[in-house]
Amino acid sequence: MSSVVSGVLQEYGNDAGRLMDILLDIQAENGYISDEDITGIATGLDMSTADVEQTVSFYHFFARKPMAKYNVYLNNSAIAVLMGREKIAEAFERESGCKFGEVSEDGLISLEDCADIGMADQEPAALINGLVFPNLTGFLVKELVRDMRKGVSVDELRAHGLGDGMNNSQHLKATVNNNIRKKGAVIFSEYQAGSALDKVKSDRMSPEQLIELVKQSGLRGRGGAGFPTAMKWDFCRKAQGEKKYIFCNADEGEPGTFKDRVILTERPRLIFDGMALAGYAVGAHKGILYVRYEYMYMKHYLESVLTEMRNEGALGKKVNGIDGFDFEIRIQYGAGAYVCGEESALIESAEGKRGEPRDRPPFPVEKGYRGMPTVINNVETLCSVAKLVTNGVEWFKSLGTGQSTGTKLLSISGDVKYPGVYEVEWGFSINDILEMSGGDPATVQAVQVGGPSGSCVGPNEFERTISYEDLSTGGSMMVIGEQHDLLQDVVLNFTEFFIDESCGSCSTCRALAVMYKKTLEKVLSGGGRRKDIDAMLSWSPIGKASRCGLGQTAMNPICTSIKNFRYLYEGHIKNANEQYEGGFDIAKAVADSCEVVGRRPNL
Amino acid sequence: MSKAVVATTSMAGCFGCHMSFLDIDERILDLIELVEFNKSPIDDIKHFTKQCDIGLLEGGCANSENVEVLKEFRKHCKILVSVGECALMGGLPAMRNGIPIKECIDEAYLNAPTTKNCNPDRILPNDDELPMLLDRVYPCHEIVKIDYFLPGCPPRADLIWNALYALVTGDELKLPYEVFKYD
Repeated sequence: MSSVVSGVLQEYGNDAGRLMDILLDIQAENGYISDEDITGIATGLDMSTADVEQTVSFYHFFARKPMAKYNVYLNNSAIAVLMGREKIAEAFERESGCKFGEVSEDGLISLEDCADIGMADQEPAALINGLVFPNLTGFLVKELVRDMRKGVSVDELRAHGLGDGMNNSQHLKATVNNNIRKKGAVIFSEYQAGSALDKVKSDRMSPEQLIELVKQSGLRGRGGAGFPTAMKWDFCRKAQGEKKYIFCNADEGEPGTFKDRVILTERPRLIFDGMALAGYAVGAHKGILYVRYEYMYMKHYLESVLTEMRNEGALGKKVNGIDGFDFEIRIQYGAGAYVCGEESALIESAEGKRGEPRDRPPFPVEKGYRGMPTVINNVETLCSVAKLVTNGVEWFKSLGTGQSTGTKLLSISGDVKYPGVYEVEWGFSINDILEMSGGDPATVQAVQVGGPSGSCVGPNEFERTISYEDLSTGGSMMVIGEQHDLLQDVVLNFTEFFIDESCGSCSTCRALAVMYKKTLEKVLSGGGRRKDIDAMLSWSPIGKASRCGLGQTAMNPICTSIKNFRYLYEGHIKNANEQYEGGFDIAKAVADSCEVVGRRPNL
Repeated sequence: MSKAVVATTSMAGCFGCHMSFLDIDERILDLIELVEFNKSPIDDIKHFTKQCDIGLLEGGCANSENVEVLKEFRKHCKILVSVGECALMGGLPAMRNGIPIKECIDEAYLNAPTTKNCNPDRILPNDDELPMLLDRVYPCHEIVKIDYFLPGCPPRADLIWNALYALVTGDELKLPYEVFKYD
C-alpha cells in the first residue's frame, strides 16, 4: 500500500462509508486512481476490489489512468452549445493539437467532454484541473493553452479577473460571476448570521413548535417536487433511530440550474443555520452538505465558514447556547453524477457507493444515511426556513401565492440579455420572466422550464404561471431563440444527457432513452415516418416504471416538445403517407461492411 | 370458403421458431385443413406465387438479402407477424451490435481458431452474388410495419398455433398462462 493511500485511509479512520472522500483525496494527490491504489483501498477497508472499482467507475471525474498536466473538461450541455461551445472545442483542439477524448502527445493537455457544470449563465465554460473557467472565447483559449505550455500553474491560469461578490474573497478567488440580477425578500435580503438560532433560543421554541411554525408557513421543498417541508421533518422526528441526519442537497445537476452556486457563494451562513434548525427540529446532531464536484473551487471557502462557526459556538456543543443541542456539519463532495441529485442516490453516494437510487419505501426519513432517519432538503428550502424563523410566518406567507408561499430563485440562461439568478415571488408568468431577463418575445421559440426533465414550452403557453399549482420548477429556465435548431441542439442534447447519466439500474431508463434517441435521430435524418412520432409519445408510460425521477422523466424533452412543437417533427417527415416501410436506409447500412471486404454495394 | 394463404420465412434466425411451429403435433392435420402455404420452407416454394393473407417471420435482418425478403413479405402479405426473439428484437445475432463490423468480419474470417491459419491470403468474402452485411442486426419492425408480435425463444407451439388459429378464424386469441410464460 502506498504511503498516500495509507495516510488517507488513516485520516478517515478506515471507514468504508467515506470512500468518496478517500478517492477524491487520493486523486487530488496522485492525479488518478491506479490499480495498486484500488487494491490498497480494498485491503485497508476490508472490501473487495470490485466494490471499490464500481464506485470509482461510476463517477465522471475519477480517472483510472494517469492524466495530463492540464485536464480540460469542456461542458457540452445544450446551453453551452447555444452559446458557441463548438467553436471553443475547435479552438482547444487546434491549439493543443489533440482531439477530445485524447491526451496531447507531450502529455501536457487532455480534452474531455463533460455534462453541465452549473455555469449556464456564463457559458461556454470548462473545468481545468477542477477549477472553473467561464465565458471562454477563441482568443482566451489561445492564451490559456499558451500559458499551459509555459507551465503556469492552474491557480494562476486566468482567463478573466476575479468574479463579483464573495468570488473575490481570499478563500474563493474564483473567476466565476454571481450574476444576481434581482434580489428578493427571502434569500438575498440581509441576514444576520446566527439570528435564526438566536430567535429559537430567545423564544424558547421547542422542536415541535419549530416544526409547527414551518408548517404554518406553507413552505414546500424547492427542489422541484414541492413536498411540504414540515411534514418531512415531522416524519423524521417521529421515526425511530439512535442517530438522525440532516442533508443539504447542493448537487444541483439539472442542466441550466446554478442558483445553489450563488447561494453557496453569498449566503453560506443562511444554509448552515437552516441545517442547524432542521437538526434542532428533528433531533439530529449531524449535518452533511452534499456539494457537486463542479463546485470544488468553493471547498476551502465553505470549510472556512464552518471553522468560523465553530469558533463562534454556532456549531459543536450547545449550539448558540441552546441547552442539549449539539450539531456538527461536514461537507461531502460528489464526483460528477447527475443522478446523485436524487435524494436516495445522494445518500448512497455519501456512503461511498455508486449513486444508484434506492427502492422506496422505506423513505430516507425512516431509513436514510447509514440506515438512520434522514432529512434531505434543498439549499433554498433550508435558507427559507432560517429566514421565516427570523422574520415570522406572516411575513413569509405574504410572499407568493396561496399554495406557493415565499420566493423562488430562478436560474435564467440562454438567449436573453441578462442571464443570471433572479429571486422572485411565486406566481409569475413566463412572459414576465422574458421581460425581466431581456428576452425578445418575438424571437424566442421556446423556454425549457425546470431543466431537461421539465417541459419545453412554446409561445402559446408563455402566459402560464410558475407555481406549484401550474408549472412547477426547480428554477431552471432556458430560453431558446429562433436561430437555433430546437430538436438537434436542445432536445437531442438533453436526451443524450439522460443516456449518459442513467445509473443503468432500471432497463426502462437504460434502454428507453436510447430508443428515444435513435428514433429522434431517424426523424432528424429524414428517414422517419409519422408513426415514429406517435410511437415516441406512446412509449412514455413505460418510463414511469423506473425507480427514480431520471428514468421517469428521460422522455420529457422529446414528449413535451412533440406536444408543443409537433410541426418541427413533421417538417422532417418526407413521405407522410407511407405506412408500411419504416424509412430504413439500406445504402447507409451496408456501406461499412462493403468497405471492409472491399466490394461495391450492389443495391 | 377458400383457405387462408400463409407464407413463412427464416431470416437471421436459427429455424428454431419453425421447429416450434412443427411442434403442434397432431394439430398439423387441422392446420392443413385451415390454411394453404405459399412461399415457405414447409413446402419449399421459393418465390411468392400469389398474394397471401398472413406472413410469419422468423429472425431479424442481418444482411441485405434479409431486408429484400422482408420487403417482399410486406408487399405480398396482408398481415405480418414477427415470431420469436430474433424477429422482435434481433435476438442472439444482435449480440454483434455494438461491435464494429470490421472486428466481426476479421474475427470470422481471419482470427477465429478455425480460420486463423487457414486463410493465408486473408480473403474476405466479397463476391457480388453474396448478400451484404448490415451495420447491425435490425428487428423486423424497424424495416417494415409489423402487425403482430409473438415473443419467445422460441414461442411455444401452442402460442403460434393459437395466434394463427385466431387470425384465420377471427376468434379471440387464447392466452392461458402456460402459453405465455418464459421461465
